[in-house]
Parts: sequence; structure tokens; C-alpha cells
Amino acid sequence: MTEHLDGNALAGPLSEIFAVDVTSATGRCVSCGLAGPVASLRVYGPDPGLVARCPGCEEVVLRLVRGPGTAWLDLRGTVSLRVNLPE
Amino acid sequence: MSIISRGFRGKRRDDSGRVPPGQYLVDDFPVLSAGPTPRVPLDRWEFAIDTEAEQTHRWSWEEFMALPAETPTVDIHCVTKWSKLDTTWEGVSLDVLFEDVETAAEYALVHSYGGYTTNLPLEDLLDGKAWIVHRFDGEELAPQHGGPARLIVPHLYFWKSAKWVRGIRLLNEDWPGFWETAGYHNYGDPWREQRYEGD
Repeated sequence: MTEHLDGNALAGPLSEIFAVDVTSATGRCVSCGLAGPVASLRVYGPDPGLVARCPGCEEVVLRLVRGPGTAWLDLRGTVSLRVNLPE
Repeated sequence: MSIISRGFRGKRRDDSGRVPPGQYLVDDFPVLSAGPTPRVPLDRWEFAIDTEAEQTHRWSWEEFMALPAETPTVDIHCVTKWSKLDTTWEGVSLDVLFEDVETAAEYALVHSYGGYTTNLPLEDLLDGKAWIVHRFDGEELAPQHGGPARLIVPHLYFWKSAKWVRGIRLLNEDWPGFWETAGYHNYGDPWREQRYEGD
């Protein structure tokens, strides 16, 4: 049984917060250093919140909780996000 | 045939006074997960209480199973709005586990196999309010519901009832856990609808 979704499940919820599509950004895991597209993360949820884990070490890379009128985004498991932008 | 269908996929309400505001009743047992389900072999399972004075009280599975058991029947309330009445469990009261624990700490941080944590005041674990359970509905607790053993603290939203419980750290200062650091309420009283930070 697959317990998780892939990182593309973050596209809609994160588009409420960011102007760019974060799932195509490259993130680096704090725990193991693996870098890859946000879309490649393993996503658990959606309730009580979205929990995106590193496909290499399974540590939490990103969490997103959506309450009424508020979203909480936790990126402490992410070293950086590389976002490609038009020149 | 009646033209009023009896709540097909509808949300069942209850007027018994046992369902907190904003909740609806379910008959099944939804599974919510924040990560892969840990599989903990019983010969490697242990439960530990660490005090603020760095004293550790530890139980192997065998020692835990030798403790006096209780069979609480309780109502449970998930922050995602489902409630389930009269759930039946078997396990050990936290009062038994804390019998020989000397502490002046006010706060507890519960931690689990798989890395989950949740915090609550120590007094919410004592005086018949919480158990470490290993059976549900007459059967061994399934891994997706927290087996081999989970905490149940039925008077708080069910995210406080940590699955795959591994231990409790006693602290002089409150230390918010996994969901409490991501927008959920620090205490989580369902009767006061303390769902999110600021409620």
C-alpha cells in the first residue's frame, strides 16, 4: 500500500502562498543533503496537514497546515529552494 | 421507499451532549498519517520516562505487559472534526507508569517511533486521564492505529494521543510538539474548539 502522494500534491496548496510554482523549484534536504524538485517529495496528508518528506532519508522537508483564513508553512527541513525565474 | 435517505455519506450529528462543537460522528476509524508507518518488533520495543533530573524509567514489552491493565471505554475527537463514541481499549494507566517517578516538572513531551512528538501539561496525563494501550476493540492494536502501543488522552484532540509511543520526557518548560509547531493549538481542548494557534 502506498501511504503517500508525490510532491505534485503540493502545487495547489502552495499556489495560495507563492506566486511561482514551488513544486518545480529544487530543494535541498537539511537532514541528508539530497537535492531535487519539490515535486519528488513524498507527501503525507492532507489532514491534519501536508507533510512532505525527503525521498532519500524520509525526514520532514516541508509542512503546510491550512486553517480558516491562515496557512502555516514550515520549511525548517529545507536548506534552500532554487527557483528558476525569467531574466 | 422513503424520500428521505438516512444520511448517505452525510455527517451524523448527535444530541447526547457527548459530541463537542463542530464535530460529527463516524462509525469507521479514519487513519491520518504524517509519515511512513513504523514497524516496531516487540523484542526491540521499549517505553521510557525521562525526568527533568535526567533519571530514566524504562520498560521492555514483557515488563510493560506484566503491569496491571485497564479496559477504558472512551469517546475520541479528532481535530479534523470526526468523533467516535464508546471506543474500547486495553492498556496501562499512566498513573501506574508514574508510580515510582519523582518529578516536579509541569510539562511532558511525548515522543514516538518514527519521530512524532506532542506536548501537554503533565497533569493531563495523570489521575485516570491517560493510558498506553496495546489493544483496540478486542484485538491487538494495528500498526496503522499506532500499534504495538499508543498513548490515549481522550479529553484532548486525538493528535495528542501519540501513535507508536516510545517515551515521555518531563520538562520544566513547555516544548511544543510536531503539530503544535505547525499551527495547531498548544493544548487542544475539543470542548473549547482549540483547533489552531490563537483559537
